[in-house]
Amino acid sequence: MESSSTEQTRNVMQSPRSPSSQPYLSASVTDPVKLGNGVQAYISYRVITKTNLPEYQGPEKIVIRRYSDFVWLRDRLFDKYKGVFVPPLPEKSAVEKFRFSAEFIEMRRAALDIFVNRIASHPELQQSEDLRTFLQADEETMERFRFQETGIFNKKPADFMQMFRDVQSKVSDAVLGKEKPVEETTPEYEKLKHYIFELENHLAEAQKHAYRLVKRHRELGQSLLDFGKAVKLLGACEGEPTGKLFSDLGTKSELVSIKLQKEAQQVLMNFEEPLKDYVRYVQSIKATIAERATAFKQHCELAETTKLKEINLDKLMLTRSDKVGEAEIEYREMKAESEEATIRFERIVKRMNEEIVRFQEQKTEEMGVAFHQFAKGQARLANGIADAWRALLPKLEAASSA
Amino acid sequence: MMGSENADVFEETNLNAAKEEMENLALNGGDVNGDSSNSAYRSAMSTLSNVHDPLSPLPTVLTPADSDPLTAPSSYIEPPSYADVIFSPFDETSDSEINGGEDSSLSPDSLSRSPSSSSSDYIKITVSNPQKEQETSNSIVGGNTYITYQITTRTNLPDFGVSESSVRRRFRDVVTLADRLAESYRGFCIPPRPDKSVVESQVMQKQEFVEQRRVALEKYLRRLSAHPVIRKSDELKVFLQVQGKLPLPMSTDVASRMLDGAVKLPKQLFGEGGASAVPVHEVVQPARGGRDLLRLFKELRQSVSNDWGGSKPAVVEEDKEFLEKKEKMLDLEQQIINSSQQAESLVKAQQDMGETMGELGLAFIKLTKFENEEAVFNSQRTRATDMKNLATAAVKASRFYRELNSQTVKHLDTLHEYLGMMMAVQGAFADRCSALLTVQTLLSELSSLQARAEKLEAASSKVFGGDKSRIRKIEELKETIKVTEDAKNVAIREYERIKDNNRSEVERLDGERRADFMNMMKGFVVNQVGYAEKISNVWAKAAEETSQYDREKQSS
Repeated sequence: MESSSTEQTRNVMQSPRSPSSQPYLSASVTDPVKLGNGVQAYISYRVITKTNLPEYQGPEKIVIRRYSDFVWLRDRLFDKYKGVFVPPLPEKSAVEKFRFSAEFIEMRRAALDIFVNRIASHPELQQSEDLRTFLQADEETMERFRFQETGIFNKKPADFMQMFRDVQSKVSDAVLGKEKPVEETTPEYEKLKHYIFELENHLAEAQKHAYRLVKRHRELGQSLLDFGKAVKLLGACEGEPTGKLFSDLGTKSELVSIKLQKEAQQVLMNFEEPLKDYVRYVQSIKATIAERATAFKQHCELAETTKLKEINLDKLMLTRSDKVGEAEIEYREMKAESEEATIRFERIVKRMNEEIVRFQEQKTEEMGVAFHQFAKGQARLANGIADAWRALLPKLEAASSA
Repeated sequence: MMGSENADVFEETNLNAAKEEMENLALNGGDVNGDSSNSAYRSAMSTLSNVHDPLSPLPTVLTPADSDPLTAPSSYIEPPSYADVIFSPFDETSDSEINGGEDSSLSPDSLSRSPSSSSSDYIKITVSNPQKEQETSNSIVGGNTYITYQITTRTNLPDFGVSESSVRRRFRDVVTLADRLAESYRGFCIPPRPDKSVVESQVMQKQEFVEQRRVALEKYLRRLSAHPVIRKSDELKVFLQVQGKLPLPMSTDVASRMLDGAVKLPKQLFGEGGASAVPVHEVVQPARGGRDLLRLFKELRQSVSNDWGGSKPAVVEEDKEFLEKKEKMLDLEQQIINSSQQAESLVKAQQDMGETMGELGLAFIKLTKFENEEAVFNSQRTRATDMKNLATAAVKASRFYRELNSQTVKHLDTLHEYLGMMMAVQGAFADRCSALLTVQTLLSELSSLQARAEKLEAASSKVFGGDKSRIRKIEELKETIKVTEDAKNVAIREYERIKDNNRSEVERLDGERRADFMNMMKGFVVNQVGYAEKISNVWAKAAEETSQYDREKQSS
């Protein structure tokens, strides 16, 4: 079932020039600047927020953020909004020397820009307090927040309880002889999981070839450059008219080489990067699937435990034991927890159902744009190449008929 | 060309289909080896010179997406579409109409000059059918095995007599042929023969080696038959036509020559009378290792004295023009080597581009299939369609890149061919140098002989009544001087002859090279243009199919 929820979100995204009554929130990530020295050097970005939402501190705000701030934001959102496909982040760079190349920095900036805007246009995520912090807090506050997240000591008490209970349930499972894994097995969900996992494989392969294609453009460009130089030298050895022809051929070859290098960059940014983004998105969905599985397990186990407690309580009530009071409290507590777990799980399910629709539509749009740009770019390149070589033909024709 | 969409799209999973199709097209219009490419660009040439040639379809105007100003042609005259030109050639009738019956087999493989060269001469050599044969031998061990090749010649040249002949030859015969030609045609740019291979006899029998050699032999013989003078030589004729054992004197191996030389040397050194003089008829050949030890030694001494001695030799390479030419040729050779290497890299890069493009297309075809099978939402089906359009374009483009490349290989092969020709030129120059050295050696020998004679005469005149032994010696010396004088004259005539050969050959070669290179460039460029147009069309179509995603029109 497809909803038009995307319509609503797009309205919020519109530029500030739209009628002021419409709520809008947009952000841009710009001006990458290298800061710090040596091993500790990093890139900082300017994040400019434009909004008329009352929760924000005014129509425009500019803050300075670095990559780890974005990571913080994502982790918080992933934690708080389980079931939502939180937009993915570009990877940390593995190769040291690539880290500060202009190409990499620009690609990262563009990816971060997309990241923030996707959050700002998501109906639930855009209301997040963490987003507000990210977009508005001053740098020191942000740093403090960021520091807190990176320690293992910031696990909330609830997490410890959960870990404890996990161990508990594993033990009881073993004792009760229940070894089978607790998993959702509805056919639609099975289909979805299978789809997501398969999709990742297919996309990864497509992305791999797209990346290679970029390299091929560069290699072809380089070889044409070298070829051009070589025939120019050859032309210098020959008399006329061959010498001049070789020289012209060489020059054209160099020109075509430049076109190829330019197109290589375009393919990288407008075709390969969107494919990579698509892969990241699917990986993010996989993480959400894992969250759902955890939530489902909790919901099942707590329901089980509650049932046991209920049975126990009934037994005690029948025997008019003085442990009834205690048992009743325990039962009520367990029931409350179980209901919470069920609510959590169901919320995830609901979110995922909405998200999957949104995701498919968004991806069709984004990939469509990427395909169109790629096709246009290739057509433009081929035309340019044809024009360049064609210019040589009158001279060649004249020379060989002479 | 695209039948039903689905069938075609999945057929592309066999990427070799494209290659086969190309080869089938090649087999259509005549012989397999390289002719197709020649006719391809030759008919392209003719279409270039006459745009209204009925053979080429009307030039198509390139307007893929009318709304996009970037792809609309900007010139005021629509250029002819080379995309169509590239594929029209495989047509028997077009060939003969345009070229008036000229056959490209005039030149070896990819070399083909403009039809201005000799119009109806025709000689075509094929090497085929390698077979193992056994040497007949009286020894118990039995003879060695060797490979023979069938060499078939078809020609209408009058000197040949028969229009078709077929013989069996082994590689050793080819070496003999090459050596005899080198002797008879000093100063000429003789195409170099294929290398002898220093490999084990086991490897010699291997399929790959034999095939490589067969190809090399064919190329060599074709080059020989393309040379206007050598093609008329007796040696070549005999090689191509005489059945059975090759009736050319075999080159003796180094060992037996050494033996010969060792036998002659003492006679020459201590010898009687004219034995120390170089036999006149041998002067026309360079001193060969082994046999002419004495002569070799003298010429070596001479060349050392040329280089290091204070006195200028009697005849010096004064021809500045020649020295300049030699320099130029070396430089040219270097640049041809370099260009040939870069051409190889270019070919590889084009190949890779085509392959990767194809793989990308395949990956998207798989994705299309997957999305269609698993589709729950319409957005997925839309995306599947978009992907399929992209994939189709990519696969088509990939095929074009590969075709472009196989044509490029044929055109740029000219560079590789000329590497061989450069070696031939060096050979011709070397002939000249060695002939000059012979002349110089004889001249200094002559002058030293004459000096000796003078000394003897002066001494003898002091003795009253004559010195019988001295007078005898003077007589012998005068004999030797006369023989050496004759030899010197022969050597000078030979040297002049070689100089002339050099000059005419180099001139001929320069002209041929100019024509060949121009054809190469034209072929290469027409090819690039044609395929770039085809590729552009393919992507323009895909761009149009996805035009609903054009965001550049919207202003934000």
